Amino acid sequence: MASVLLRLTHLLTPKTDIVIRIVKYVLYDILQNRMLLGYTLFLLAVSFGLFNLGGDSTKGLVGLLNIVLIVTPLVSIIFSTIHLYNSAEFIELLAAQPVRRSVILWSEFFGLATAMKLAVLVGIGIPVAIFSPDLTGLTLVLVAAGLSVAFVSIAMLASVLTRDKARGIGLALLLWFYFALLYDALVLFLMFAFADYPLEKAMLGVIALNPIDLSRVVVLLQMDISALMGYTGALFREFLGTGTGIVFACIILLAWIFIPVFFAVRFFGKKDL
Amino acid sequence: MKFLITLLFALGAMDLAAASIHAGVGQATGSIREAINMAAAGDTIYIHEGYYQEGNLTIDKPLALIGLNYPVLDGNHQVEILTVTASDVVIFGLEIRNSGQLSTIDLAGIKVLSAQRVVIENCHLRDCNFGIYLSNTQDCRVASNNVQGILKEEQNCGNGIHLWKCERALIEGNYLTGHRDGIYFEFVTDSEIRYNHSEANMRYGLHFMFSHNDHYHHNRFVRNGAGVAVMYSRQVKMTENLFGFNWGSSAYGLLLKDISDSHIWKNRFEQNSAGVYLEGASRIIIEQNRFQENGWALRVQASCDANTIRQNDFVGNTFDVSTNGSLVLNTFDNNYWDRYEGYDLNRDGIGDVPFRPVSLYAVVVERMPFGLLLMRSFMVYLMDKVEKIVPSLTPEQLMDQQPFMKSLNHA
Repeated sequence: MASVLLRLTHLLTPKTDIVIRIVKYVLYDILQNRMLLGYTLFLLAVSFGLFNLGGDSTKGLVGLLNIVLIVTPLVSIIFSTIHLYNSAEFIELLAAQPVRRSVILWSEFFGLATAMKLAVLVGIGIPVAIFSPDLTGLTLVLVAAGLSVAFVSIAMLASVLTRDKARGIGLALLLWFYFALLYDALVLFLMFAFADYPLEKAMLGVIALNPIDLSRVVVLLQMDISALMGYTGALFREFLGTGTGIVFACIILLAWIFIPVFFAVRFFGKKDL
Repeated sequence: MKFLITLLFALGAMDLAAASIHAGVGQATGSIREAINMAAAGDTIYIHEGYYQEGNLTIDKPLALIGLNYPVLDGNHQVEILTVTASDVVIFGLEIRNSGQLSTIDLAGIKVLSAQRVVIENCHLRDCNFGIYLSNTQDCRVASNNVQGILKEEQNCGNGIHLWKCERALIEGNYLTGHRDGIYFEFVTDSEIRYNHSEANMRYGLHFMFSHNDHYHHNRFVRNGAGVAVMYSRQVKMTENLFGFNWGSSAYGLLLKDISDSHIWKNRFEQNSAGVYLEGASRIIIEQNRFQENGWALRVQASCDANTIRQNDFVGNTFDVSTNGSLVLNTFDNNYWDRYEGYDLNRDGIGDVPFRPVSLYAVVVERMPFGLLLMRSFMVYLMDKVEKIVPSLTPEQLMDQQPFMKSLNHA
C-alpha cells in the first residue's frame, strides 16, 4: 500500500510541481501587466460609482450586471488572446523542454484564469461586499468570476486555432460579439418564428447554450424579477432558483469553462508550432 | 304647559326604559344569553372581562352590547358567534374567536341580516371563517375593528369584512389580514371605505363586484395575494390609497375589469407586478397618481376605451405602459415619465417632443411572455433605442403629446 502511494506521489509530484511553477511564471508575468491593474481599477471605479449614484443597492446591482455581462467577457477574451500571442515564444521555449504540451497550456489557462478572477473579485467583489452583502450580490460576483474564466477558456481555443495574431484577436472579438449581442438577436428571431409553440422548456436549453445569457438569467432570478415573468418565470424559478437549478447552472458554466480549453489542449497537442 | 309636562314625563319614561344590564363574570347575570333574553329594546348590556362559550347568540331587538376590556366570545370552531337580525344594534369592544365553518352556510364572527343602522366598532376578530358579514343592510357602520384570520386554502376561507346587497355602508379604520379577501363588496351601493389597512390576505385586499357609486380613499392595500380588484362596477371613486408590494406572477396593484365612469386620483402604486391592469374599462380618469418601481405601471388591454391618463408620475418602472393591440382609444396627457429624453426649449415645463411610453420590448413581452428571459440584455436595449427613433411594432398613436419635464406628485 505504502509503495503504491509512494509510486503515485512519485508520478504526481514532478508534474504538479511543474504546473505550479509554470503557473507562477505566467501569473507573475500577467500581474506585472499594467492593463490588468487598469482593468481592476476601472471595475472598482465603476462599481463604487454605480453604488453611490443610485443610492439604492438594487439599482447598483442592476447597473453592475450590465458591466458584468458586457465588459468582463470582452476584457477577458481580448486580454487572454493578446497574452497568449505575446507569450508565444515563452510557450515555444517551454515546448522544447521535457514538458508535456498539455501541461504548458493548462498552466497558461490556470494563470490567466486566476488573474482575471482576481481582478473581478477585487474590482467587483469588494464594492459588492461593502454595499450589497447579500445572496444577490454573492451570485453576481460568482457569476462574474465564472464568466471571466469561461471567456479565458474560449480565448484559449480561439488563439490556438489561428496562427496569425491579428486573425486570432479578430476571432476573439467575433466570438464576444456573438455571445454578447448576436445570440440574443437570434433568440428573439427564434421566438418570433416559433411563437405558436410552447417554447418555455426549449428556451431553457437555448439559454444554457450561451454563458452570458445563463449568467443574466441566474442573477435576474435572484433579483426577484421572476414575478414579472408569469408562467415562464415560475417555470424558470422552479428550475433555476432551487438547489438543483443552481447546481445545473454551475455545471453548465463549468462546462463552458472546461470544454473549450479541453479542445484547445487537444488541438495544441497536434499543432505544428 | 301641559304638553311640555307630558313630554318631560314621556322622556323620563324612555330613560327608565333604556336600562343598563351588567353581564358576565362576577355579575348578577352570569351569561350573555340570559342578559340578551332579559333585555328590552333599547337596553345596554355591559359584558365584563372574561371568557364565554355560549354558542350562537342571536340579537333580535335593538340592543347595545358593550365589552369591557375585550371579553372573549369563543365559538370553538362550531357555530356563528353573533347573529344580528334587528336594526339599531351596537356591538362594541368584544373579542370574537373561532367561528365555525360550513360549506353550505357562510358562518361568520358577526353577521348582520336585513337590518338598518347597525354599528360594529372596536372589536377583535380572531380566526373566524368570515369576520364581519353584512347582508341586506342599510346605513351600517363597521369601524376600527381588528380582523385576523388564519390562512387556509382559498376555498375554505372567508372574507374579513363581507358585504352583500347593502346600501350606504361606512367601513373605516379597520385592520384586516389573513382572510381570502380583506374587504368584499357585492351589490353594495353608495358606500364609503376609508382609512383601512388590508394586508397579506390570500386573494384581494379589496374586492368589488357589481357595486356602484362607491368611494374608497386613504386605505392601504399591501402584500395581498393579488392586490385589489374592482369588477363589473361603475362610478367608483378611488382616491389617495396606497397599493403596494403586491408581487407575484398574477398580482396587481389594482385590477379593473369591466368598470366604467370611475375616477382614480392621487393614489400611490409601489412595487407591484402590475400597477394598474385595465380590461374592458371605459371612461375612467386616472390622474395625479404615482407609479413607482412596478413591473408594469399600466397594462391597458385593447378592450379599454375613452380612458384618460393624465398628470401621473411614472418612476422606476420596468415597463411604463404595455398593451396588446395597436388600436389606441385612450388618451395620455401631461404625465411625467422618468424615461423621457426630450427637451423643453421654451421652458414652460412641458416637453417639446411627444413621448411613446410603450417600448418595443414591452410589445414583444406582451405577445410572448417568455421573451422576458431576454430582460436586461444589451440587444433589447439597442432594439428599444432604434424603435424609439423609428416606430414599427409599437402602437404609433399611443403617445403623450405634452409630457411634463418634472414630477408633480411627490410621494
